[in-house]
Amino acid sequence: MARIATNRQVVISTAAAWLVGFLIFFPILWMVLASFKTELEAFAIPPSFLFFHWTTENYATVQERSDYIHHALNSIIIAGGSTLIAMLIAIPAAWSMAFSPTKRTKDLLLWMLSTKMMPPVGVLVPIYLIWRDVGLLDSLTGLVFILCLGNLPIVVWMLFTYFKEIPRDILEAARMDGATIGRELIYVLTPMAIPGLASTMLLNLILAWNEAFWTLNLSTLNAAPLTVFIASYSSPEGLFWAKLSAASTLAIAPILVLGWFSQKQLVRGLTFGAVK
Amino acid sequence: MATRQTQILARTLLAPAVGLLFVWMIVPLALTIYFATLHYNLLDPETEQFVGFENFRYFLTDPAFLASLQNTLVLVGSVLLLTVVLGILLALLLDQPVLGRSIVRLMVIAPFFVMPTVSALVWKNLLMHPVSGLFAWIAKLFGLTPIDWFNDAPMLAIILIVSWQWLPFATLILLTALQSLDEEQKEAAEMDGAGALSTFVYITLPHLARPITVVILIETIFLLTVFAEIFVTTGGGPGLQTTNIAFLIYSQALIQYDVGSASAGGLVAVVLANIVAFFLVRIVGRNLEA
Repeated sequence: MARIATNRQVVISTAAAWLVGFLIFFPILWMVLASFKTELEAFAIPPSFLFFHWTTENYATVQERSDYIHHALNSIIIAGGSTLIAMLIAIPAAWSMAFSPTKRTKDLLLWMLSTKMMPPVGVLVPIYLIWRDVGLLDSLTGLVFILCLGNLPIVVWMLFTYFKEIPRDILEAARMDGATIGRELIYVLTPMAIPGLASTMLLNLILAWNEAFWTLNLSTLNAAPLTVFIASYSSPEGLFWAKLSAASTLAIAPILVLGWFSQKQLVRGLTFGAVK
Repeated sequence: MATRQTQILARTLLAPAVGLLFVWMIVPLALTIYFATLHYNLLDPETEQFVGFENFRYFLTDPAFLASLQNTLVLVGSVLLLTVVLGILLALLLDQPVLGRSIVRLMVIAPFFVMPTVSALVWKNLLMHPVSGLFAWIAKLFGLTPIDWFNDAPMLAIILIVSWQWLPFATLILLTALQSLDEEQKEAAEMDGAGALSTFVYITLPHLARPITVVILIETIFLLTVFAEIFVTTGGGPGLQTTNIAFLIYSQALIQYDVGSASAGGLVAVVLANIVAFFLVRIVGRNLEA
């Protein structure tokens, strides 16, 4: 049983927690507010917090001037594509390691983890040159491929830890009842694995959506996802705060919502199961 | 019961993942090593020639390397310190009885989901702009001179932005660990007359030792290669003040087109990361036994 807290304690800790939470969230809130201001008001000193002329015209301008949808679609294709392909490759591998482990399984897992430790900048040069020579620069295929490989170790690891938790007795029972491997997969394993599969996909989508090393270096316009699109607002001659804010709000909103649903999985996935 | 057939099946299922990762690891790395021994500049094609360790000598004795190594260490160290210390405090606070804790949690972890280019630009413009930024306005309210962040304290600005992005990660992991701490143990300590501070030092902190180590190692791996935040705010400047190793290699490769030197730098980055990875892999590996 938890210790009984006095009312006073609850009031103090609640107030403190809300204050700190608000401060941490504030930059995002401030950005969302700025996205509904006119450029003049976004720049104004003293700033107006709520009593300004609310407008949605920035959102329309962002689409018109810089084709937001094009970049959003790129983000969806790159994040979604790399996640799906990584899942297709990782599911059999994780399944195999979780259900018929050998002596080398542990070493194999650790080796996979170690590939994730390689700093991307260490292989930037060869990847850039290969991409240039085979015409993959600024192509969706190239980005899907590289993000898929980059996140594959995390996907295998997460799936492995989830599959590990499926009780093996159930599989034995199914086998005793004469289920083939195919049936075992479809009727026994899949339903039990779905929550793990879903959270793995979610985390991977978030990581791929926000990836900003390969996307910045390997794409310019055609294949540029939202990370690169937003970076184009960094040029000094184009200081449009309200529009930057509108574009940014659109860029982070979907992933923020997904992220909020996947807090628990985030801990597990990013610590490779070391903290649950 | 593993039959021969299931063994073969298991290997077949494993093959694509292992094969792809193997190629992904070996081919670019081998090429990086190869390029690192060449004089190779993209602006000056067809003049490639073998120069042995010349690039390493050039890269390691370049004053820019020492500056960027120092910047990397300052950035990684400061962000680690800020996120771990604040993360512990924040996790302790959120572990208290708080009304509407789940909403506070949502607010606290939100920055982690913001893409790096967005957080860097929002901080740089909306908050840290020396004239129209919110911080400047607040400073003026108190009669202070606003700080021109990206000219006078560019590294501090980057540190603040990156810490804001990683504080949620540290908090979330430490909070998860705190919540698995046995309440009875704490109660027993309190019954024995332990104060809040000694409960924290002797019970809570030892319990957090492992998650803190994990946070430090994982953050280090990502922080060693901070790139987008520098790319969109300072471009490594003014001078070399915010150039870290990742950014230095990028600029040698894709701005100066010096493939040889950038490759040598890349290998230095790989070695640095591997030192950290060595410890992380051991900790995670120990966990696999359990």
